[in-house]
Amino acid sequence: MKPAASVIAFTVASGAGYGLLFWLALLRPLGLVPQGAWFGGVAAVLALALITAGLLSSTTHLGRPERAWRAFSQWRSSWLSREGVAAVATYVPAGLFFLSIVAGWPVLAAVSGLLAAAGAAVTVWCTGMIYASLKPIKEWHHPLVTPGYMLFGAFTGAALLAVLAGFWGMDGVPAAIAAVLGALGFALKRAYWRSVDATPPVATAESATGLGSIGQVRPLDPPHTETNYLLREMGFRIARVHAARLRMITLGGGFVAPALLLALALPVGGWVGWLLLALAAVLAIAGMLVERWLMFAQATHTVTLYYRGNA
Amino acid sequence: MPDDGARTDRIAYSTPVGDEVKTTTCYMCACRCGIRVHLKDGRVRYIEGNPDHPVNKGVLCGKGSAGIMTQYSPARLQAPLKRVGPRGSGEFAEISWDEAMEIATGWLRHVRETDPRKLAFFTGRDQSQSLTGFWAAQFGTPNFAAHGGFCSVNMAAGGLYTIGGSFWEFGEPDWEHAKYFMIFGVAEDHDSNPIKTGLAALKQRGAKVVSVNPVRTGYSAVADEWVGIRPGTDGLFIMALIHELLRLDRVDGEFLVRYTNAPWLVVRNPGGADDGLFARDAEGKPLAWDRARGAIAADTADLSPVLAGEFTLEDGRRVQPAFHLMAERYLGEDYAPEAVAERCGMPAERIRRLAAEVADVAFNQPLTLDIPWTDVWGRRHETMVGRPVAFHAMRGISAHSNGFHTCRALHILQMLLGAVDTPGSWRYKSPFPRPIPPGPGPAGKGAKPNTPLAGNILSFPSGPEDLLVEADGTPLRIDHSFSWEAPLGLHGMMHTVIGNAEKGDPYKIDTLFMFMANMAWNSAMNPMETIRCLTAQDADGEYVIPHVIYSDAYFSETVPYADLILPDTTYLERWDAISLLDRPIGSSHGPGDAIRQPVIKPDRDVRPFQEVLIELGARLGLPAFVKEDGSPKFKDYPDYIVNHQRMPGVGPLAGWRGEDGAKKGVGEPNKDQLQRYIDNGCFWRHHLAPEESYFKHANATYLANAKAMGLIGKSDQIVMQIWSEPLQKFRLAAEGHGAVQPPAHLRERVRTYCDPLPFWYAPLEQQAHDTAPFPLSAVTQRPMAMYHSWGSMNAWLRQIHGSNKLYMARSRAEAMGLAADDWVWVESRAGRVKAQLALMEGVNPDTVWTWNAIGKRAGAWMLSPEAAEAQRGFLLNHVISEWLPAQTGPRLANADPVTGQAAWYDLRVNVTKCAPHEVGTTDPLPATLTVPPNMPETPDILRYNARGESA
Amino acid sequence: MTSLPTPAPGGKKLGLVIDLDTCVGCHACATNCKEWNASGHMAPLPDHNPYSAGAEGVWFNRVHSYEAGDGEDGRTVHFPRSCLHCETPACVTVCPTGASYKRAEDGIVLVNTDMCIGCQLCAWACPYGAREFDEDQGVMKKCTLCVDRIYNETIPEAQRVPACVSTCPANARHFGDLGDPDSAVSKLVAERGGFELMPELDYKPVNRYLPPRRAPKPDAGPPKDAGPLNSQIQNPLLRWMDKVLSR
Ligand SMILES: Nc1nc2c(c(=O)[nH]1)N[C@H]1C(S)=C(S)[C@@H](COP(=O)(O)OP(=O)(O)OC[C@H]3O[C@@H](n4cnc5c(=O)[nH]c(N)nc54)[C@H](O)[C@@H]3O)O[C@H]1N2
Ligand SMILES: Nc1nc2c(c(=O)[nH]1)N[C@H]1C(S)=C(S)[C@@H](COP(=O)(O)OP(=O)(O)OC[C@H]3O[C@@H](n4cnc5c(=O)[nH]c(N)nc54)[C@H](O)[C@@H]3O)O[C@H]1N2
Ligand code: SF4
Ligand code: SF4
Ligand code: SF4
Ligand code: SF4
Ligand code: SF4
Ligand SMILES: [Mo]
Repeated sequence: MKPAASVIAFTVASGAGYGLLFWLALLRPLGLVPQGAWFGGVAAVLALALITAGLLSSTTHLGRPERAWRAFSQWRSSWLSREGVAAVATYVPAGLFFLSIVAGWPVLAAVSGLLAAAGAAVTVWCTGMIYASLKPIKEWHHPLVTPGYMLFGAFTGAALLAVLAGFWGMDGVPAAIAAVLGALGFALKRAYWRSVDATPPVATAESATGLGSIGQVRPLDPPHTETNYLLREMGFRIARVHAARLRMITLGGGFVAPALLLALALPVGGWVGWLLLALAAVLAIAGMLVERWLMFAQATHTVTLYYRGNA
Repeated sequence: MPDDGARTDRIAYSTPVGDEVKTTTCYMCACRCGIRVHLKDGRVRYIEGNPDHPVNKGVLCGKGSAGIMTQYSPARLQAPLKRVGPRGSGEFAEISWDEAMEIATGWLRHVRETDPRKLAFFTGRDQSQSLTGFWAAQFGTPNFAAHGGFCSVNMAAGGLYTIGGSFWEFGEPDWEHAKYFMIFGVAEDHDSNPIKTGLAALKQRGAKVVSVNPVRTGYSAVADEWVGIRPGTDGLFIMALIHELLRLDRVDGEFLVRYTNAPWLVVRNPGGADDGLFARDAEGKPLAWDRARGAIAADTADLSPVLAGEFTLEDGRRVQPAFHLMAERYLGEDYAPEAVAERCGMPAERIRRLAAEVADVAFNQPLTLDIPWTDVWGRRHETMVGRPVAFHAMRGISAHSNGFHTCRALHILQMLLGAVDTPGSWRYKSPFPRPIPPGPGPAGKGAKPNTPLAGNILSFPSGPEDLLVEADGTPLRIDHSFSWEAPLGLHGMMHTVIGNAEKGDPYKIDTLFMFMANMAWNSAMNPMETIRCLTAQDADGEYVIPHVIYSDAYFSETVPYADLILPDTTYLERWDAISLLDRPIGSSHGPGDAIRQPVIKPDRDVRPFQEVLIELGARLGLPAFVKEDGSPKFKDYPDYIVNHQRMPGVGPLAGWRGEDGAKKGVGEPNKDQLQRYIDNGCFWRHHLAPEESYFKHANATYLANAKAMGLIGKSDQIVMQIWSEPLQKFRLAAEGHGAVQPPAHLRERVRTYCDPLPFWYAPLEQQAHDTAPFPLSAVTQRPMAMYHSWGSMNAWLRQIHGSNKLYMARSRAEAMGLAADDWVWVESRAGRVKAQLALMEGVNPDTVWTWNAIGKRAGAWMLSPEAAEAQRGFLLNHVISEWLPAQTGPRLANADPVTGQAAWYDLRVNVTKCAPHEVGTTDPLPATLTVPPNMPETPDILRYNARGESA
Repeated sequence: MTSLPTPAPGGKKLGLVIDLDTCVGCHACATNCKEWNASGHMAPLPDHNPYSAGAEGVWFNRVHSYEAGDGEDGRTVHFPRSCLHCETPACVTVCPTGASYKRAEDGIVLVNTDMCIGCQLCAWACPYGAREFDEDQGVMKKCTLCVDRIYNETIPEAQRVPACVSTCPANARHFGDLGDPDSAVSKLVAERGGFELMPELDYKPVNRYLPPRRAPKPDAGPPKDAGPLNSQIQNPLLRWMDKVLSR
């Protein structure tokens, strides 16, 4: 699948934003992050900014962005519609959460925060399900995909929260959570790749054409000698060695390194510790961009069977 | 639900397709399908097949369905053009039609008044030879032909001189009854839709379809058995089948004695002037040996002939039946399956099995139709019994220099099986069969200033006297057709015209006048050399070919090489006659013809070429085109179609003749004729009665009616010719007999190749050079969705075939260290061309192939120079030569030595991987052509919608 | 509606049956479809770079060629591919707007291009590549099963079939109600062993493909009375000398 910048930016940014919102809402009432209105306000604004930027970016993927409002109608069947509904719905408690932080209404903040956290989780779940529900793409139609979206959002969100909290000098819990999530992310991603690599393709050129009973099926001539929308969209391919390198970068740079840095930041403390936190967050987000890019680049769509056979 | 796509989608279920619908005839190719053109606000909304039309019965092919984009192509020429820069520079000035006609008339008048031979008038893919050929004869030049010489004259000549009809589009399998169908070397053919429809019908009936073809695509893909023969060896394969049938005695003797010259007695007098000619009685009738009565006229009704043996006539001459000579040849070891198998690229057992299969269907499953009929001997038969084995063949056989004999061999195979125009076999399409040969010799001798030639320029020699040669054997025609180089060059040899004109062989010409032939590109056997000839200058800086006039409808590669461009209309903008005098739409069910009527008004300053030709004829004062007072005889082309009479009562159209339109074939002109055609969907057809529908060559009712309708001159039996006497006459001349003899350097060649019985020889080009460095045969195939060069300006078709690759067997490529998508050099004795490789299973491992005519010259057709067609598409023509490899004596065309058919598929090549820096584009990449003045802009996005605002 | 409709009682399952045994790969169905639909229900079908490099456009039907099997024993198969009007098509259920819908009455899957936001998710969801994105208008388009032909009362009844079906020269395309076991198309599928594409994805395509027929078994070999392989030239000719033939 073609790694579309707008969609990558969207899922990474909104994932991190929802993750940040989620952890802020959960940890703040428990007193595990700085309690001041400034901290809460800035964190909430950052979360909403990331979410909003992501959502806006996603609309640039649309052929008709001016009609985007129509996407809320089919929540009964469409994960994309559900995601839209959830995303918009989450703005209500999230906005209230921000207001009550700034206004200093702790109860309302706690309640609306929890609702916002739930909204964030549901939204990211929906995002994951958009991909995971697509049967023609084996790399997406996989049980670890939606948990992955959730976990990675939570991870990057926590890392961001740790950075912010570190600025206010109270980074222990979010950093620890982020470190643990980073380690989990590593495990999940590795398990996912192992599993996906071992999963047979959902279909073959033989089943796509129904000609398997004759023998191996090989394309002879394409319907058109130049490329087309489907091939550009679904036919993107990346060389194996290149992919392997990027996987290493994702695992090492996007999960292991940030997790270690987060873990290291705790004992180090001080401004050096904070710099380590910041570095961890930057690496996590950068790693996430690579992960998401790979998520597309390595996804194979059954339609390519018609053009390239099993190759 | 707030919004509901299903509820709010506005579907206009019953909108009329357009606001007007007109019938006409498709011309996205030469198949002549009937179409219905729906117009909306004057634009073409939809083109569909005419369900009532006999050719296509409602279907349309991939090209025909894309007609809208041909009609609105930006490559349509806009106005007459006069060259103002050097030839090839593409510098033109737009001129008026008046000026264009004056220029053309000036050049042509001068030629006609001095030496009419100096006009070479050659037309390409047109269907108006009945007009163009007639015009040329009126002009007085023998130098006229259409594309047939480089197309499939081997099929035409092989058939017309053997069975009085031919494959090509002049015959068809009995699609309704055949049980076994063997098709040789056909990718698409002119009978495109009928073949597709027919194949489907055969398969749905459970008939077996066998395709003999080095490549397994298209028709071969749907065949039940694919025989991946090595190119150029079909003759061996067919003669091995004949060998088997003879050996196993699976031969239809009755058919042979009734309908062929198998029993005719051939004089055996080696060295004598009558050797190999038929023994004839006092009336000139060929003799046969009757078991009881000895030598008697072969057409005797109760003949009981002996087919084998040797006899002595009363005058002492030794004779043998033609059958004997034929059987002796093919029973020879040379044609045993074992002897040919390796060269054909298939095991001997397979040949034997195929022969057995064919014989089984022919002799164990004969087909009987309960249709009484009467034969030429006046005998009534209660049924029609046929051998349901049908054959068809096209350019895979004909585009080789041994194609004439191969084609004849195939017809002999049909005769042995009793499978010519019988139920279930191959059938003549009306107006065939015709006498063998069908007419008098070609016109062209004694061309004189201001004098028309009497007769048809493209006609049928019966022997040396009919050839168009000087006393010393020098050709009279610029293309050397009907000379000793190509005695049966029935269709001319367009592939040699430009080269010979440049060389002045046999003389220089003044004006080259071409119509609808892309001679500077895909129809040239060697485009770069052709371009050189078109631009060659003599010592004074004058062009060696002083004037070039060209009529094209589009900006093709040839346009820049003309001095005067006469832009034509599109097929939807003009009248045309698809005439019985040329290539009609007849079928085995009866004769037919058709017209095109204009359905769209031209939006440019263009004129139908036929109309231009008629006006030129009038301006030049050609007798048939002016009245007694010298004024134009015809107002326009429709006037000509209706009122021109070739012979009394015979005109371009056969339907609705006579004043009241009640006559068929022969009758006075009918002023309402065109309207009657339009009312009938733009075609006319006559249905043969059931008793006329088979055995037409010997069917008394058919022959009498065909004569009455003017299809044939006499109603005699048409006896199929196993042993060809005209060929033997040429051979005798080469052996030193008769008044007209070949020049010394051609004697051996004529003697060898004018064999009265088919034989196989290695293609001439391969005999004449060392093929070891060129181990692969290279051929092309027509893509079904593209018509030669003229589909590339069609925005839809060019998406299907925008570039072409070189296809090779996977096994072969692996052995050669080549991989899919590698860029390779394809090298022949004549040069090299660069291409990208594709691998496949279904191709003979000694063969490579590509789609024909996809490669385009940069700039042409209003495509951007970066277009895939120019950058990655390639022409195999770049490595084909129009001449045989160097030899002593005058150069000879790379063509069949009997018919002059261009030998496109004799090509041998080597394939090697390109250097890394060479990949990505084809080569040669001749300079980008300059766009003529005032051509339209090409859009970045095309939003064609005849019903909407957005178009 | 994006959720799939409950098939209407007596509702049809209209679709195509494509005969891979006779399809010669002529592309007529593709260009005729283009021609009909260029000015049809989802008009236009734009073409980008129509006269330059990178020409590509919206086509509802595309004809591939494949080879199945190795070497001489294989087959070349021409393979037209268009929307299969699936019974459980995720292209419909993933659509966030309701633009993509399946009709209860005849099962045709359509896009309401006035509602489509061009998110292209349906194209991802279609395993068969049958969705065609109009990058010019930013909306999704696709095979309509010629809904503006098959019910068009201004067209003679016999021709009220999809454009691709009526034009196919090789009679390789059949149209009808695959929900009715007695329809001509259903019978054809039953007789010829028609199959679905990628059944493992469970989209339940309505369209069916008919497999290439197995070649009739070649005859065992030469007839029993076949002579010796290296037969003498004379023998058969002697046979012929004695043969009594008459007209
Ligand atoms: N390598 C290779 N080369 C081949 C062949 C092959 O098999 N292999 N086949 C050969 C054969 S058989 C043939 S017949 C030739 C065909 O080759 P050509 O005769 O050159 O055929 P086209 O390229 O179709 O068209 C010729 C010209 O007709 C013009 N034209 C189209 N419509 C009209 C019209 O309505 N009016 C006028 N005035 N002009 C029009 C086109 O623009 C084009 O320039 O190619 C030959 N070349
Ligand atoms: N779509 C479309 N239709 C056309 C045309 C077109 O350009 N496009 N052109 C028209 C014209 S001008 C013509 S002349 C006809 C020609 O119609 P075809 O005769 O069908 O023309 P080709 O494409 O030359 O096909 C030649 C076939 O012979 C095979 N072949 C090559 N060498 C040999 C051999 O030695 N033995 C055997 N058995 N097979 C061999 C090739 O693989 C190929 O399949 O088509 C006409 N119809
Ligand atoms: S075969 Fe195709 S292009 Fe040729 S006349 Fe028929 S419909 Fe037109
Ligand atoms: S029109 Fe018919 S034969 Fe031609 S490609 Fe389509 S299905 Fe095949
Ligand atoms: S083929 Fe694709 S577009 Fe058509 S209904 Fe099935 S899933 Fe949808
Ligand atoms: S592209 Fe249009 S039809 Fe497809 S899912 Fe999106 S809104 Fe629905
Ligand atoms: S049914 Fe209509 S829209 Fe669908 S492929 Fe056929 S012609 Fe095109
Ligand atoms: Mo041709």
